[in-house]
Amino acid sequence: MSLLELKDVSKIYGDLHALDHVSLTVEQGEWIAIMGPSGSGKSTMMNIIGCMDKPTTGQVIFDGRDISKDSNRKLTEYHRDKIGLVFQQFHLINYLNAVENVMVAQYYHSMPDEKEALEALERVGLKDRAKHLPSQLSGGEQQRVCIARALINSPELILADEPTGNLDEANENTVLDIFRQPHKEGTSLIVVTHDPEVGEVAQRIVRLEHGKILYDKKNEQFAEQ
Amino acid sequence: MFFRMVRGTFKRQWKKMLMIALTVALGASIATAMLNVMLDVGDKINEELKTYGSNITVVPQSEAVISSLYDVEGGDAQAEYLPEEKIGELLTIFWANNITDFSPETDVTVTLNGEEVRLVGTWFNHHLEFVKKGTTYQRDTGIINLRSWWDVEQGEWLNEQASQAENAAMVGAALAKRQNISAGDTLTVSAGGKSETLNVVGVYESGDDEDNGIYTTLPAAQRLTGSEGLFKKIEVSAITSPEDELAVKAARNPSLLSGDEYDLWYCTAYVSSICFQIQEAIPEASATAVRQIADSEGKILEKTELLMSLITLLSLLGATLGISNLVTSGVMERSQELALLKAVGAKNGQVTVLVLTEIMLTSIFGAAVGYFMGYAFAQIIGQTVFAASIEMSGMAAFLVAVLIIAVTLVGSIPAIRTLLRLRPSEVLHGGH
Repeated sequence: MSLLELKDVSKIYGDLHALDHVSLTVEQGEWIAIMGPSGSGKSTMMNIIGCMDKPTTGQVIFDGRDISKDSNRKLTEYHRDKIGLVFQQFHLINYLNAVENVMVAQYYHSMPDEKEALEALERVGLKDRAKHLPSQLSGGEQQRVCIARALINSPELILADEPTGNLDEANENTVLDIFRQPHKEGTSLIVVTHDPEVGEVAQRIVRLEHGKILYDKKNEQFAEQ
Repeated sequence: MFFRMVRGTFKRQWKKMLMIALTVALGASIATAMLNVMLDVGDKINEELKTYGSNITVVPQSEAVISSLYDVEGGDAQAEYLPEEKIGELLTIFWANNITDFSPETDVTVTLNGEEVRLVGTWFNHHLEFVKKGTTYQRDTGIINLRSWWDVEQGEWLNEQASQAENAAMVGAALAKRQNISAGDTLTVSAGGKSETLNVVGVYESGDDEDNGIYTTLPAAQRLTGSEGLFKKIEVSAITSPEDELAVKAARNPSLLSGDEYDLWYCTAYVSSICFQIQEAIPEASATAVRQIADSEGKILEKTELLMSLITLLSLLGATLGISNLVTSGVMERSQELALLKAVGAKNGQVTVLVLTEIMLTSIFGAAVGYFMGYAFAQIIGQTVFAASIEMSGMAAFLVAVLIIAVTLVGSIPAIRTLLRLRPSEVLHGGH
């Protein structure tokens, strides 16, 4: 059974078809890069996959269950239990330190556990920066805290929106290396990016244009990495 | 974690939170001051109105029957009297401490230089001692307090303790002007074939009919009327509770009250219960409320309370609008943070509880500060308007707490609506 299936999904804002009859299947443990220019519908697709928005038409099937008609409350629960989010702008809470930012996700999922949160930071190489505020961390470090927060509740799917968009090359490589670890452990990854280098590390590349899938192909280079 | 986030908000948004606390403090202070004054104002206004004369008159029962039947005051001819030794009974009733002043009176129409003039014999600053069942009751009382608004234009108030005070008198300003009387003059008044020589110790202006009369000591009037040891009526000034339904029912007929109602009425300082107790103490007397004064008390009290209620309402409305603006702008400023909480799994209810907790804690702080500010305001109002301190009431504190919670919750509604509409997909990713 596929982890996620979009069946003929459209998202329409007035006259604008942000997504136009899109179908996509994501298998368990798959790493997909969604690419495309600005306005191609990448973020809309991410919001729908991340249960933060509903399609105008079509079905979203997660773990075999159609969630496209679920209430917002149900979607929140679904997204909380199964999805980890990584943002381009990091979106850390600036008055909480690194470990507390990770614990926020634990708090709204189950119970905050500082030991576990520190382990998550250790996985991204930031245990020694645990008590630092976001303003005391570099962009790359903030993104690693954001990834630790996304990983803390062991999600089935990590959704990353331009995760390296604000990072230099060294930090970009660090982030991609960090992604490889949960992927190896069977976590699915969907990375929205317009950076071909980031796209090339994925198993599959889906290219969107004008709300439609232009192509959906396997990345032959993936096996070589 | 929850309180770390709350603490973080206070650290980060302390200016905004301080503004919310200040807004609540202002609202709470006005509400505290107004509610405390309102709850205490009944007694204060009563005390204030006592300076405008008596609110109960005590007359012989037969006199009261004639008055009620024919709606006229008993004249000199059919005058009825009460014994002077009964006056002290006023000091023995349950609400004796609420009786601030009283004075017996005997009036008679006398002839002064060919003009008919009303002469009143009364107490001015009388020291009363009354012994009953081995207990001695004492009181200094008289019309110096009951006619506190009199303006003594010439001379001075009649002092009963002075030598030759018994034949002293005070003359109304209009009469004094008409008959060219001054302080220090001697007058000869006559009535029913008897005459008295009175020494004028003062000329007063009362602003009413009393300006045409003469006030002298009770013994002088008793001699003129041949009623030694007797008097016609007592003017009583008492601090009373505002009339309510129970008081009205009791005023009709106390025997219609149930046992509990009777006890409550008897033990409340209604003008009717004080009158009833006076009649119990002096069975041959009839005590009645001076309606004009009692009604004025009620009306002034009602209007004052209405005004204070409106001020309280407006101040709380202002606080609600202030809170509404501040909290809504605070939520909008924090939209990314709050959207992130939703994005990491917080339900709407959880984010709402977080924001409301922050606001409620701020409001509690503001309300506490406001309560003490309100205490100070209430004392300023008490001292300025009533020259007395305002007693802080537990009921007012409870009401302020309830009102502030309501104001905070109502003021937070727009912010909560904004919060509920906040969509992480729009705030964190920026549209489509």
